[in-house]
Amino acid sequence: MSAPASAAAAQPAATTAARFLRNVVVKALLLFALVDVLVALVDPLPVLGRLSAYNTLLPGRLRLPYGAAPDQDYNLSLFQLDAMFASHEVARPKAANEYRVLLVGDSSIWGWLLPAHDTLAAQLNRVNPATAAGKQVRVYNLGYPILSLTKDLLLLSVVRRYQPDLIVWMVTLESFPADKQLFPPIVQNNPGPMRDLIARYHLTLNLEDPSFVNPNFWDRTLIGRRRDLADLLRLQLYGVAWAATGIDQAIPATYTPRTVDLAADPTFHGLKPPHLAASDLAFDVLEAGVSEAGNVPVLIANEPTFVSNGQNSDIRYNFFYPRWAYDDYRQLLAAEAKAHGWRYLDLWDAVGNDQYTDSPIHLSAQGNARLAAKLSGPILVVANGAAPAAQTP
Amino acid sequence: MTLAQLLVFSALAPIARLWARVGARQWLMLAVSVMAIYWLQPLTPIRYLDFWLPTAALGLTVWTWAATRPGASAPSAAQAAARARMAAAAPAAAASAAAAQDDERRTTLITGLMVAGLVLLIGLGRYLGPLCCLTPSPPPAVGSVLLGLAVVAGVAALLFWRPAPARWLNVGVAALIGLFVVTKLEPVGQLASAGLRTAAGQPADLALASDLRWLGFSYLAFRLIHMLRDRTAGRLPAVSLREFLTYALFFPAYTAGPIDRVERFVKDQRQPFRLDAAAVLEGGTRIALGVLKKFVLADSLALVALNAANAAQANSMLWTWVLLYAYAWRLYWDFSGYSDIAIGLGRFFGIKLPENFDRPYARQNLTLFWNSWHITLAQWFRAYVFNPLTRALRARPVPVPVIIFITQAVTMVLIGLWHGMTVNFVIWGAWHGLGLFVHNRWADFTKPHAALLDSRPRLKRLANLLGVVLTFHFVALGWVWFALPTPALALGVFGRLFGLGGGP
Repeated sequence: MSAPASAAAAQPAATTAARFLRNVVVKALLLFALVDVLVALVDPLPVLGRLSAYNTLLPGRLRLPYGAAPDQDYNLSLFQLDAMFASHEVARPKAANEYRVLLVGDSSIWGWLLPAHDTLAAQLNRVNPATAAGKQVRVYNLGYPILSLTKDLLLLSVVRRYQPDLIVWMVTLESFPADKQLFPPIVQNNPGPMRDLIARYHLTLNLEDPSFVNPNFWDRTLIGRRRDLADLLRLQLYGVAWAATGIDQAIPATYTPRTVDLAADPTFHGLKPPHLAASDLAFDVLEAGVSEAGNVPVLIANEPTFVSNGQNSDIRYNFFYPRWAYDDYRQLLAAEAKAHGWRYLDLWDAVGNDQYTDSPIHLSAQGNARLAAKLSGPILVVANGAAPAAQTP
Repeated sequence: MTLAQLLVFSALAPIARLWARVGARQWLMLAVSVMAIYWLQPLTPIRYLDFWLPTAALGLTVWTWAATRPGASAPSAAQAAARARMAAAAPAAAASAAAAQDDERRTTLITGLMVAGLVLLIGLGRYLGPLCCLTPSPPPAVGSVLLGLAVVAGVAALLFWRPAPARWLNVGVAALIGLFVVTKLEPVGQLASAGLRTAAGQPADLALASDLRWLGFSYLAFRLIHMLRDRTAGRLPAVSLREFLTYALFFPAYTAGPIDRVERFVKDQRQPFRLDAAAVLEGGTRIALGVLKKFVLADSLALVALNAANAAQANSMLWTWVLLYAYAWRLYWDFSGYSDIAIGLGRFFGIKLPENFDRPYARQNLTLFWNSWHITLAQWFRAYVFNPLTRALRARPVPVPVIIFITQAVTMVLIGLWHGMTVNFVIWGAWHGLGLFVHNRWADFTKPHAALLDSRPRLKRLANLLGVVLTFHFVALGWVWFALPTPALALGVFGRLFGLGGGP
């Protein structure tokens, strides 16, 4: 081919390439914009969250996803409840002979500084009790490492779909103050369900609290939700590492033990002695949680707490609690339980002082074993005495 | 290279097109490359080192060029006499050559001034307040920068005006290897770090080898050694300082290759450049593919790939294999993704960088694997280690199998050492050296029977498939040595992979 002919042939080829490039760019931009708008309008995250490799390709997690250092924990914190529960072993179909107990609570229930097989739920399963009807009691760890009754209420609003026969709700005074209710990020990032709960149960919480994360249109687009989408993917990927190692929390070799010598500070969240009033504590949230369980029996238990014998231990039990406030709390909780007819256990001193790890409520594996021994009996009492849950999801 | 850096580099393509119209594309490529080596350099804990390391890279490149430019070697008395005779016989040709030499010197001077100006400008960044800096930490005071530039220029001038004998270029090669050892061998690196810390007025007892994070040096050393060796052998064309600096520091390939050859690169540089739709399409497609491989696939698999932490934690044979497969694919997608990005970016600037990967995990034997995995690295070692060693051994009465074993093993162990000077990298190299030797012998042994398979296509397909599976697994098992820091950890993983214990 001569040079001019070759140049003439190259010209249409260049035009074709330019047209193709233009079409690719225009179509890509249009498609991207369309997907963005669709994601903003439809919000596919709940559906995507339920698509999970856990409990099929990967073993379900023994506790809810939570992790500050994902590359070491093989776990991560995310706020999508559907995805969190879909990754948990509780999402497995319930066996015919299973008596399903869901354990709800804070970091002490989740098992801070403990491997997944040494948490309270795991220790209760180790006791391996069976009901009078021959059903095997199977306890699921639905603790979440943050102290707030409202956070527990949010989780309780989800758990009924997992066919519980009994809910054991472990509480401690530090979860009750007003300032603890809307501060957990998981609560702030679930404004829709949380506002529904506040409205439904007329809770003394602000529906328009500024801490609620209210995404605008752009936040709801594909670009705005890229972090949430990446979290969903990461949750699945870390599932492989979890399956391969059985690790869902990097436990440090050493930690700072709970404080023994305490400050001479008698206040509790700005409240001063001599007495707590019921209105100082979020009993309305506790009541809402019991109501949210519907027909499923709820056993409320006051968690064990560390009792210091160090400096200023005459003023405070521990870093969290002044004596006056904690004593009042126990009395108020018992009175509320009696008034509402709740099943209630006060286990505040069920564990020896040597079994607390880095905080006044975090227990060692042995501490959890002792607590499990004290809790399994009352669980069986409820299991044998109460009618199984009638409702299905 | 981060996604943001990639976006910035891609956005420079239209500017390169505009500059190409006024014949200034090469200047733009040089300026961007010089600035990029400062921008891409990671932060180091030693004060100002993230400024001095790129400056050292620049200095080494300039010195290499000055030492290897045509006529840099001191002419012998006979050569000088011949030149004098030629000048007397053809004065017009001699005048034209002199004019070309003047032109080259002018370009060299402008290049030198431009590079020095850019470095000074980067150094002045420390006075820009919130706009500071192109480097990850504020550069040193302007006086130190000027002093550094003076050292680079002084040595370059010395090499330029007082050429050393050609054999001295080997000293340059040895110096580059020495620097390489400093960056890769932990005790030496720690010692160097202690020295640098002391010089910077920082506590030497905190020195770590990892303080010397010299981005791109491994690849730069390859390019400079290539220049020094081939210039000594008289194999390279004349290249200007501007062309050589752009070649050695070309920003898309600076951090992770591909390792181009200077004569090929310069040919692209000298060709007229037109960023048309086809080039944008080709470059854009490669970049998109690279981004998918690196930032989506590889970075996702990195979360579960075998590493020093999970190697000791994995609790079953099945899941240990899963971690290993994840590592194998993560490594491939990460590295080939980077290569795709580099090739795509190069295309935007009219440079067709060589391919680095060609479906390596689909190869039927280890020899084919090494022809398609990190191709430019393998070619470099073939040219500067394997071939010379083979020639040297063949000159001696050594049996062929022994020659093959020695050359394969030495080449692969050196490739291992290039990745890092640890026992595990040596074992990884030996693993592949031995594998290549065994394959070579096997291929020699089965050669007479190979024709039998041609008449049985189904059996041939099955044999090929078996070859792919075996080769992939040999390579994947080799990655155990590569991925883990100690032989004990690697042996533990091997134990678990084959059900021989070694669990947590």
